[in-house]
Amino acid sequence: MPMTTEKAQITLPTDREVKVTRSFKAARPLVYRAYTEPALVQRWVLGPPGWSMPVCEMDVRVGGRYRWRWRSDTDGSEFGFAGTFREVTPPSRLVHTEAYDPGTVGYAYPQSEALVSVTFTQDSGITTVTTLIDYGSKDARDAAVATGMTDGMEQSYQLLDALVSEHA
Amino acid sequence: MHTQMSDRLDATFLALADPTRRAILARLARGEASVTELAEPFAMSQPAVSKHLKILERAGLITVGQDAQRRPRRFEGKPLAEANAWLERYRASWEASFERLDGVLEELQRRTSASTRARRRPPSPRLRRAGTKR
Repeated sequence: MPMTTEKAQITLPTDREVKVTRSFKAARPLVYRAYTEPALVQRWVLGPPGWSMPVCEMDVRVGGRYRWRWRSDTDGSEFGFAGTFREVTPPSRLVHTEAYDPGTVGYAYPQSEALVSVTFTQDSGITTVTTLIDYGSKDARDAAVATGMTDGMEQSYQLLDALVSEHA
Repeated sequence: MHTQMSDRLDATFLALADPTRRAILARLARGEASVTELAEPFAMSQPAVSKHLKILERAGLITVGQDAQRRPRRFEGKPLAEANAWLERYRASWEASFERLDGVLEELQRRTSASTRARRRPPSPRLRRAGTKR
């Protein structure tokens, strides 16, 4: 069923950060569950097409660890992310560190640890999720965005519109 | 990433980081204008506008037109399209995940409302019979 919510918006609030905003047609506790229950997370944080997520372990409490790993369907190579939860406030906020695990893929992604703050706000049945990622440095941020686990060069002018029409 | 490309993106994002410059760009996207014409609606001095224009020009977001007298500034879309393409690939990967999350949430909602209904009243005998047929 097509959703009427807006598509993901990306902004660059500072040199080191990326902010991702997206709204969902669901109550906040439900969205929070989809972010914190491994069986649910595994179904949508899939990575690029042709990759599965065989490892999704999450101990969602302050100081608890999580480990995500993706595997290529074609050659079995793996990479992942891991980190520690710093703030757990259901159903409104999650803060965790995020370190790249090169696995067997090998390429060097940002070595430094990123800090990811996820905020859930609700307004008349729509939950907006704001993800602020502080990559620690501009180089790490740019590398992460340039690598962007992605499925090709789909070009859209939505962002251009957003940037330009913001003050038009 | 290619360094030259990276420098260009830096200049573009630096230029776009300021609300006045975004407003100037939005104005120029509707048609060229001279410094005097730009200074008026923004209630700014010409030197202040010129400072912003220099940054926009360095980023390649605007060029200076032929007319030597007016020196009209013209909007150039290419750097924006490049910056957009760079971010768009990143955005698209997020959006792909979020669309799967839409699906997960829809299913959770269906399940939640179904179990609430079941708790509220037991299925009627007719419904139960229909269920056993399937």
